[in-house]
Amino acid sequence: MQNLIPLIPFLPFIGFLLNGLFGKNMSKSLVGIIGSGSLLASFILSVMAFNTVAGSGPIQHTLYQFMQLDGLQFEFGFLVDQLSVWMMLIVTGIGFLIHVYSIGYMHDDEGFYKFFAYLNLFIFSMLLLIMGDNFLMLFFGWEGVGLCSYLLIGFWYENREYGKAARKAFIMNRIGDLGLLLGMFLIIQTFGSLKYQEVFAQLGAVDTATVTTICLLLFVGAMGKSAQIPLYTWLPDAMAGPTPVSALIHAATMVTAGIYLVARCNGMYSLAPEALHWIAIVGLATSLFTAFIGLRQNDIKKVLAYSTVSQLGLMFLSLGMGAYSSALFHVTTHAFFKALLFLAAGSVIHGMGGEQDIRKMGGLRTKMPVTFWVFLIGTFAISGFPLLSGFFSKDEILAHTFEHGGMIWWGLSSFSAMITAIYMSRLMYVTFFGNFRGTEEQAAHVHESPAIMTLPLIALAILSVIGGFLNLPHFLHTGNDQWLAHWLSGNGLNGAPVIPMLQTALDAGTELVLMTTATVIAVLVLLVSYFIYRQEKNQPVSDAAQAGFTRILANKFYVDELYQAVFVTPVEKTSRILYHYADIQGIDGLVNGVGKAVQGIGGLFRRSQNGNIEYYLLGMVLGAVALLMTLFL
Amino acid sequence: MLDIVRSVPIEYYLMYSSILFCIGVFGVLIRRNAIIVLMCIELMLNAVNLLLAAFSTYLGDAQGQIMVFFIMVVAAAEAAVGLGILVMVYRNTKSTDISLLDKLRW
Repeated sequence: MQNLIPLIPFLPFIGFLLNGLFGKNMSKSLVGIIGSGSLLASFILSVMAFNTVAGSGPIQHTLYQFMQLDGLQFEFGFLVDQLSVWMMLIVTGIGFLIHVYSIGYMHDDEGFYKFFAYLNLFIFSMLLLIMGDNFLMLFFGWEGVGLCSYLLIGFWYENREYGKAARKAFIMNRIGDLGLLLGMFLIIQTFGSLKYQEVFAQLGAVDTATVTTICLLLFVGAMGKSAQIPLYTWLPDAMAGPTPVSALIHAATMVTAGIYLVARCNGMYSLAPEALHWIAIVGLATSLFTAFIGLRQNDIKKVLAYSTVSQLGLMFLSLGMGAYSSALFHVTTHAFFKALLFLAAGSVIHGMGGEQDIRKMGGLRTKMPVTFWVFLIGTFAISGFPLLSGFFSKDEILAHTFEHGGMIWWGLSSFSAMITAIYMSRLMYVTFFGNFRGTEEQAAHVHESPAIMTLPLIALAILSVIGGFLNLPHFLHTGNDQWLAHWLSGNGLNGAPVIPMLQTALDAGTELVLMTTATVIAVLVLLVSYFIYRQEKNQPVSDAAQAGFTRILANKFYVDELYQAVFVTPVEKTSRILYHYADIQGIDGLVNGVGKAVQGIGGLFRRSQNGNIEYYLLGMVLGAVALLMTLFL
Repeated sequence: MLDIVRSVPIEYYLMYSSILFCIGVFGVLIRRNAIIVLMCIELMLNAVNLLLAAFSTYLGDAQGQIMVFFIMVVAAAEAAVGLGILVMVYRNTKSTDISLLDKLRW
């Protein structure tokens, strides 16, 4: 098994090369098969790795050492332990479903082969990120997924707005990466190594201030990648990319890289309660803030984008409360239902011929039944409808928040969960119920998506329903409780648990009360929402007709405009000034000035070559005279 | 015989030779006819010949006169080449005016 580990990321990489270099001349089916096939192979290998880890513990495999600097070794190595193999299963599994879906969704696109090449490259980078055994591999993957995100968001590059969105994503990511890099430098300075094994072995010997600084810096990186306040505005704009991209990258995998980073370093974070506190604050704030924005968005993908940011906030809140395994559980279930929701949204967009505004939709449940039912399952899952996957994962987070934060934290996070239910149900009811509000042309064209798109939807829907049973609350005493938490607490490479088992002091009664409260809220919201959004007067209004708070929410609290004014415009102005004065006048002036000086001097000397013979003769005579004078004087 | 020649002070020969040489130089610089220029060059060479011969007599050393022979040979050869070039130039420009030859310029 150990020698097969490198194949897991390299098969998608080979897929990228094949599709990228030769895809133009291949048939679409072949491109699709190569793209999805490499993922399927990686998934099967990941399952095999899972079995190996379950049987005999983590696998470590070093491919080669590519640099040695001052006693510090940089290696290309893999660490497949309980945490990374779980992430691998999610990435390759859901990635495979999304690849299959894309075969149908992108079928009419000219850049079909390019799309699959980029998707494969993305999976390769993501797998490097998760499978690395040191921070440098993580960083390679981190940057690689940032690059692929840029390539895929700006996939339809002829549209300049999409290019802008891609640049925004990449640049915001890089801002976060600065934090990550600084954190890595501090790790090198403090621990003398970047390998997880070596760093985590030395945790006892470091003072709290240093560890806290490292943790905060790493979190800045996570903020950029996982779209937390203040670096979240790239994610809604990233909806410019094709829907499978939104599903894969901005819902299920890339944005969870930040969570993975914190979870991997949980040993460090447990020694830095200050950092955890900040993570919790940022997570909760993001969760609430973006949930509100989602309430009044009218683009089907934007609602889901803000929902993603909000759910990520919830995951960070969970991390901040010390409940790392709960956060990972929510990552898993969120991957299921968010990918489902995005792909279903893609199905709707596909059926509506490209329309994304929910104010032009309505009544689609009769015309697109499969899409409707899976969307319903996804909505119920995210809202926390009992026994679906989201219910269990969200409840676990809320329970730990209650335990470690008290009533206020629990209250605010439940409020966020309630808003989630509201905007998701609003989305569902406005899109699928009521009367069709689109054009005649669209009404005639609306159709259910082909099987190649609906089958992955159904698969994800099933996972969204049963996914909750991965990590049942412990008080249920079914014998299989907390399976995921137990799995993650298996012994890692250095003998200690990868993510220590969470100890909870809440008794069954309190947990049941919390669970019931959340359930009641969720079900009530779903029900009341139905009655509210059935009425014509409550349908979303056109942009011009929005008033007051609705207008503020619909304009996303004007955060983009704020960033533009505070950060972007001054930088652009400074850049222009520097360009004109420092670059054109200053440096170019200097360099060109040297040239001009040489030309001037040359012009002076040129005059002695005037072709006049008498002049030359005079020169000869004067030269001879001068020579003689030097001899005799 | 030598005494007769030495009765003229060497300064006279020096002056005379210098004047001849300077006339030759001025001729080269100022005259526009190529043949005149060549003649002035010959004049310069002969002025030097004269001086060499004078000094050879005054010092009783034959080396000066041998040098004169060399100079005469070189002068003859150079005059021949110069006149050959002059003929070619004339064939191309139909004139002996050296101020017409101004094309080798920047």
